[in-house]
Amino acid sequence: MNELRIENQSRRDFLKAGAGLTLALYLPAGAALAAVGKGGAEPFAPNAFVRIGADSSVTVVAKHLEMGQGTYTGLATLVAEELDADWAQVRVEGAPADVKRYANLGWGIQGTGGSSAIANSFEQMRQAGATARAMLVTAAAQRWNVAPETITVRQGVVSAGGALKASFGELAAAAAALPVPEKVALKSPRDFVYIGKRAPRKDSRAKITGQAIFTQDIRLSHMLVAVVAHPPRFGAKPKSFDAAAAKAVRGVADVVAIPSGVAVLAADFWSAKKGRDALKVDWDEAAAFRLGTAEILRQYQDLLDQPGASARKDGDAAAALAAAPKRLTADFSFPYLAHASMEPLNCVVRLGPDICEVWNGEQFQTVDQGSIAAVLGLKPEQVKLNMLYAGGSFGRRANPQSDYILEAVHIAKAIGGKAPVKLVWTREDDMRGGYYRPLYLHRLTAALDAAGKPVAWSHRVVGQSIMTGTAMEGGMVKDGVDRTSVEGAANLPYAIANIAVDLHSPRLGVPVQWWRSVGSTHTGFSTETFIDELAKAAGSDPVQFRRALLTAQPRHLAALDLAAAKAGWWSPLAPGKAGERRGRGVAVHESFNTVVAQVADVTVKADGSFRVDRVVCAVDCGIAVNPDVIRAQMEGGIGFGLTAALYGEITLKDGHVEQGNFPDYPLLKIGEMPVVEVHIVDSTANPTGVGEPAVPVIAPAVANALFAATGQRLRQLPLRLA
Amino acid sequence: MVTLNVNGVRRRVDVAADTPLLWALRDTLGLTGTKYGCGVGACGSCTVHINGVAVRACQTPVSAAVGKRIVTIEGLHSKTAKVVQAAWEKLDVVQCGYCQSGQIMSAVSLLVKNPKPSDADIDAALAGNLCRCATYQRIRAAIHEAARNLA
Repeated sequence: MNELRIENQSRRDFLKAGAGLTLALYLPAGAALAAVGKGGAEPFAPNAFVRIGADSSVTVVAKHLEMGQGTYTGLATLVAEELDADWAQVRVEGAPADVKRYANLGWGIQGTGGSSAIANSFEQMRQAGATARAMLVTAAAQRWNVAPETITVRQGVVSAGGALKASFGELAAAAAALPVPEKVALKSPRDFVYIGKRAPRKDSRAKITGQAIFTQDIRLSHMLVAVVAHPPRFGAKPKSFDAAAAKAVRGVADVVAIPSGVAVLAADFWSAKKGRDALKVDWDEAAAFRLGTAEILRQYQDLLDQPGASARKDGDAAAALAAAPKRLTADFSFPYLAHASMEPLNCVVRLGPDICEVWNGEQFQTVDQGSIAAVLGLKPEQVKLNMLYAGGSFGRRANPQSDYILEAVHIAKAIGGKAPVKLVWTREDDMRGGYYRPLYLHRLTAALDAAGKPVAWSHRVVGQSIMTGTAMEGGMVKDGVDRTSVEGAANLPYAIANIAVDLHSPRLGVPVQWWRSVGSTHTGFSTETFIDELAKAAGSDPVQFRRALLTAQPRHLAALDLAAAKAGWWSPLAPGKAGERRGRGVAVHESFNTVVAQVADVTVKADGSFRVDRVVCAVDCGIAVNPDVIRAQMEGGIGFGLTAALYGEITLKDGHVEQGNFPDYPLLKIGEMPVVEVHIVDSTANPTGVGEPAVPVIAPAVANALFAATGQRLRQLPLRLA
Repeated sequence: MVTLNVNGVRRRVDVAADTPLLWALRDTLGLTGTKYGCGVGACGSCTVHINGVAVRACQTPVSAAVGKRIVTIEGLHSKTAKVVQAAWEKLDVVQCGYCQSGQIMSAVSLLVKNPKPSDADIDAALAGNLCRCATYQRIRAAIHEAARNLA
């Protein structure tokens, strides 16, 4: 073997130990030094994240899925910053599955989620860029026989003095022959040229010309498209099927049973779907889930009256509640929610001897590699994952059971691997396929002292655990408390002496999963509307009331103050037209280490319908790597959260999911989008997440605004005025 | 077997007559810029132009498109289209991008009919184009930007 691997042992040990600072310092087979012998035809690849071609193109290898959140742009910004590249020469490609090089440093496995992409990559990707820059500088210094300190790099040009200039491409081959430096210095923030400024998205052009490739767009030679008849209830299995009518459909090639249903395969989607619709399946419903939403609510209601597993205990909330002069209590209800990404779930699988190759909007590489390998009797590294753009995900494509991916693998296996398979879920398959944001009930009780100061707070949550039964259970579920069920509640930021948070996690046959902003989707609403109720009971302004309880939370205070100031909180809201009532509401919430405050203005019409006119959003997400991407995520998160506030609701009847498509599971439309104004809190702290934290804040801000307008407290999502 | 005029080219398509145009475009002709989102005409991801009018390709059987001019995102070359796409790029409208072909097809169709649309005109013309990422504020701004640049 003539392949050469440069690696720095100390750093590799560092990586193995799971420490923070890592640079996966080994080269793809034959990449770097081999380039010398080939006259610079091979790219210069100083590490697993950067490749520089002889044409000066800089390819950033993104370890995180681009599903709309802008991570390809953010990761490339970090590399370009330290490399001093020209933004136009930078392109991005998705990383393969390789946990040794591409682990999410916050998790130890490869995957995207929890608004962690930039937070975990901030140092790593800058190191990757800085290392490449240092090697280009050394190559230039040697070529020109000058001291490296005299060399500058700006906008992709390496220069010394006035006369000596070289492009990255001209230095790539020489740089590739150099040892990878042990330690490179990173820039001081005051020298940043990209971080903190707008850099255009790297995926814009492809996505506005129809050229971006999603899983739905993959077509392999001889590929068959599979559409699956899924059981009508969760937990049912196929017993027998009659394929005659399906096979009579023109274009249908095969019909096979798999654990999750019966798959119809054809050369194209429409034939496969017609075949699927013609198929007759007899289901084994012995283990089927048969409850409806009403029965689930009744069971949960009983649990609301009983103490659950403790998630936080400060002081003695029960005693303080009993002793206080004024008590308030309120129950809240949150429905199941579907992710409903615009691209329904799909996955392409090709089996070969000792290999399985997958094309997918791939969000959970290490878990999926393991799940697929187990089904096929392969080693995880024999599962090759091609990460494509995802047409949304909101968590759904990181499924702990690899559900839809294994369905595609089972189909490919059932036909003996004779053709590549593209599994396509219809919109109805996607919406009825489970893995919802769980249904929750909450009960909050609080007490105010004679001065109107809250002295006790008790919060009970009832709802299915997302982590139980997954590989993450060990780390995320302790003493009966799934951290994701109570996040946003157990870390209530307000200074109240006696706080109790407890949890019931009933087990039900409805598959559940994380959904953009996870626990905060419900805890943000109940805590932020209930604190508003306390403010009202205390006769206090909602912002002032919160401020008084947040003196030890400078980030919350800063975001709240910024949103309030920019929204004109302290001036009266302009009145509506005759017959209209207007209101303004506020909410502040931390999720994924980011604090977001929003002020919403609403107008309630005479007929009781309402619209959200304007939202002013303030966010503290540490250093703003790309402010425009942050603004986009705040705007989009608010729109996504508004869909849940206005419409989102999956219901069950006798175990059947009652919704199937957008006519009965509506999404926010363009005419319902409020004017959104985003303000970013100045910060020198390392970046935190932005993909999720805007989502949980909008519903409570709107509910509080509706209270201000109408006097009605809404404690159930979606929001419906009486 | 039917013959379709797609992006100015006559293409022979061997599919059942009831096949929605969407699947003939995507699976038979390989024009994958037109997206499948709902299959019931409720999301707008599959929007194409037929004789200059924005229609949902998932609700149009190929038999109904025969003899008409079909334009997809790949064949969008008019001045209006270029200006719309430039505005989309300038304002970085896209997030996941899956619905954006349809948004752009609807926006171009609107601006051809109404070169100076108001917010209400935009809201009405694009009411059938859903965006789960909620890029709506930027879609509106990009249409206004394009209208200014076309004036």
